[in-house]
Formats: sequence, C-alpha cells, structure tokens
Amino acid sequence: MAVEKTFQEINERIKRGRAVVVTAEELVTMVKEKGVTRVTSEVDVVTTGTFSPMCSSGAFLSLGHTKPRMKMHKVWLNDVPAYTGIAAVDAFIGATEVPEDDPLNSVYPGEFRYGGGHVIHDLVSHKTVHLKATGYGTDCYPRKEIETEITIDDINEAILFNPRNAYQNYNCAVNLSTRTIYTYMGMLKANLGNAHYSTSGQLSPLLKDPTFKTIGVGTRIFLGGGIGYVVWNGTQHFPGVNLDDSGNNFGHAGGTLSVMGDLKQMNPRWLAGTSMLGYGATLTVGIGIPIPLLNEEVCRFAAAGDDELYAPIVDYGDAYPNFNPSNLGYVSYGELKSGKIKVNGKEVPTAPMSSYPRAKEIARTLKQWIQKGDFLLGEPVQLLPNADAGINANTLKG
Amino acid sequence: MSSKKVVLRFAADITDQPIIYKLVKDYDLIINILKADINPQKEGTLVMELTGDNTEQGIEYLRQLGVGVQSLTEEIIQNEEKCVSCGACTDICPTGALYMERPDMVVRFNSDRCVVCRLCVKACPMKAMEVRF
Repeated sequence: MAVEKTFQEINERIKRGRAVVVTAEELVTMVKEKGVTRVTSEVDVVTTGTFSPMCSSGAFLSLGHTKPRMKMHKVWLNDVPAYTGIAAVDAFIGATEVPEDDPLNSVYPGEFRYGGGHVIHDLVSHKTVHLKATGYGTDCYPRKEIETEITIDDINEAILFNPRNAYQNYNCAVNLSTRTIYTYMGMLKANLGNAHYSTSGQLSPLLKDPTFKTIGVGTRIFLGGGIGYVVWNGTQHFPGVNLDDSGNNFGHAGGTLSVMGDLKQMNPRWLAGTSMLGYGATLTVGIGIPIPLLNEEVCRFAAAGDDELYAPIVDYGDAYPNFNPSNLGYVSYGELKSGKIKVNGKEVPTAPMSSYPRAKEIARTLKQWIQKGDFLLGEPVQLLPNADAGINANTLKG
Repeated sequence: MSSKKVVLRFAADITDQPIIYKLVKDYDLIINILKADINPQKEGTLVMELTGDNTEQGIEYLRQLGVGVQSLTEEIIQNEEKCVSCGACTDICPTGALYMERPDMVVRFNSDRCVVCRLCVKACPMKAMEVRF
C-alpha cells in the first residue's frame, strides 16, 4: 500500500517535534540512494529556497494620521514616489519605483542606485526614512503638506505584498547581438560572451512542486526572513510545460506566486535593495516553501536534481526585446552551474543572478523552524492552477 | 626582485615613442600591462606592473622623459556584508579575480588578480564592490 499522508498528520508530528525534515538538496541525494518509496515513508517535509531579484514586489504602508488630519494625494519616501490612491494615509511603495530626478538611462547605462526596493530595505533595517506628502485639503482632511522622518516602528502597518514572486523557472539569457547589453538579467556581453540564469535549480520552490499538488492559497512560507503566506497565484502565472520543436518535454515553466507577510517581522538580510545597471531598481527577496511529502508522486517531483531540470536559452539581443521566438535549445541547471555551456557550438561562460548559498541557507533555516515545532504547515484552502488549466498569455495590441 | 604597480600618464607629444621597449631592453624589467588607454586628445594612460632589480631606475627614466608616474593606490574591495554571492560579476570580471567557488557557488575575490577596471563596481546589483583610495 503506497504511503498517503495528510497535512494534519504531518502537523501533528511537527508539534510533537517528531517530523522528519530535509532540504530539497538533501532529498535529491536521499532518493538516489534509497528510492522514492522508502524516502516518502521516512520524510515528512522538504524545504526549498530562493534568493533572487524579484520585480513585482512592494509594501503597503499605513502611515498614521496627522494632526490636523490630511488626505495624502502624493507621497514620497526618501524621494521615491509611493502610490497613495488607496486611502487617506495608506501608500504602496513598489520595488521598481525610482526618484523623479533619477537620470534613468539618459546617461547610459543608468545606475539606478536607489529605488523602491532600497526604501523597503531601509524600512526593514529600522532606518529612518524621510516622508514627504502633499494633499489638496478637504473639509474633513484639511492639512495640505507634511515632511517628517519615520521608521517602520512608527507606522501602523507595513505589509509586504508581492504580486509576482518565485518564478517557477526562468530563461538562460544570452546576447547574439554585436554590442554589450544591460538587462534585468544583468550585463550580457556581445556575440554570446556570457550566459546568465536565475533560479536556484534543485532548491527552487516551484520547480519542486511543479504541478501544484501542495502549494496554494494559505501555504505558510519563509518570506523575507519572517513568516509569510501564499495568497494567490502570481501575476503572469502561466504554469505550462516547456516543449522543444520536436515536442520533447523540458519540464514545467511559468508558475508564479503572490505572497504577503508582515514586514515588521522580516529581516534586511532577506530583502535587499537591488540596482540592475541600465535596467532599474528592484528588490531581492528570500522565499522558502515547505513541501509536505504527501505521497510518492510529490516526492518524485521534489527529488528532481539539477541534471533533470532545464532552462530555455533565450537571446536578449533581439528575440526577447522584439518578442520573437528564440530557438537556442535548453540547458540543464547542472550544466549552468558548471560554469560553461555550449550555445550554437560555442563555449559560453555562465553566471547566476540568484544566490545559491543564500537559497541553501533559507532551506536550512526553514528546516530548523519546522524541526523546532515553531512552524506548522498551512494547508491550502485552494490549490493554484497548474499546467492542466491551459492558461495562455495575452499580449497587448497597439 | 621587486614588483610595483604604477599608473603612467603620457602627454600627446611622447605617445608615439617606444618607451616600454626601453624599459625591457635597457632596464631588464618584466612588464605586465593591466590597462591602456589613449584619449581623443592623444594623451595616454597606462596601468602596469613592473618587476625586476632596476624598477626605481626605470621609473626615474620615465620621469626624465616627462611621463607622470604614480603608484597604483586604488584598490577594489568586496564588501562581504553586502555581497550575497549571486554571482552576476563572475563572468564580467575580465581577469578572473572574481570567481565562483564550486560546488558551494560562493563568490570569492582574489585582489592580486584585480586590475581595477571597475566593471564589477558598476555591474554588481548589490553595490558590494567598492573602490578604495
């Protein structure tokens, strides 16, 4: 009789301090040695991790009322505009926002030294942040401007809300053009000078539950060094399968997560302001997701190693910016991590954009939390759409 | 044998002379050119490492020709508090001074191999590579 476990059973074991927890990296080796059946019965939870620049991140801040009251119409935090068309003293600071006087790419490539991601990093570091707000004055909210200093401890709420994080898989970016380009995948040298990739491969959360059998709305996760939750699928959630021209399956691809958590209990080590040369500012986010080994199928997917997980190679010199198909094949994370790959017959040096040592530290930390009985699994109230949902991307006309 | 890293500045009127040849031939110096640049005004800048018994005499010869000689005091520092070992710099660094230690995938910096080109200072997403004077 094949093993079937429930979230409740595993949580009971966690509470009694008897749950067996391993990291995804450890699971890969264990399954190679002992086989899926034995490992599924022995192990309760597998922990994953990723630490990577993740656009589509931001924080809702409820700043508190002034005396006299004020309906904020425009808000700046350390000169970075925050969106305040939500309510009188609520604002959303987005990771990619930059100050209005930033030179952007007018001096190419722009440096983007400070943006919304850096504001979030400063807030979570408990540093003082300069708040400026203007309003137009109403009968109930007469005040028209304020300039003051705040810290995360002074404001009522700070909620990290990232509408799209933890990409299931991502492109291996190369540049076939004849000039160096500056992208969100870093600096790509001309004529296939280098190749950048951006997931933690065998530790990457959504590559380890690729068909969304355990992750859904309500999954409790490691987020920014604290506890957070999966609250929905991410935007641009296209959880299909990568196929090559001959129909060969190169694994699951485009799932994403929408995640949320109390910023006040997070840690600056795991939410770092990030500057992509020539591209913009963003936030590097640490996420770890526990995967309960409910049955052998879940275990088999979670045990996929770097040699069994593939990234599509995409040209960012022409194909990507012009939204044209790119046919450079697939490469395994094992090859990417070796430091060189072959593209069009040429040997190309590789480098990650995603920190593997930090991803490992997240998986280890989450493992310890669960072992100590501090962290129970959140059973999803609804699973997320997977490849069977047949979701396709729309493109904008015009 | 002593070794010294220097920054040389050549005025436009001497950039066409075989000065480095003289350093090798007459002063028996080992020359390792780390960086070379000629600007639109035809002034030249050369960063190089001189090794040999006669480095001081060689530098004196350069000064007599009117070449500006400064010792290389700039250096690049990896701020280990800021560096997250993402690795984005490791294929940008032209000399392999920044590299990944496998299989742990930790970014290491060997300052002996650094030629202070500053590419990493710009490319680092965490701004963890800093110039020190």
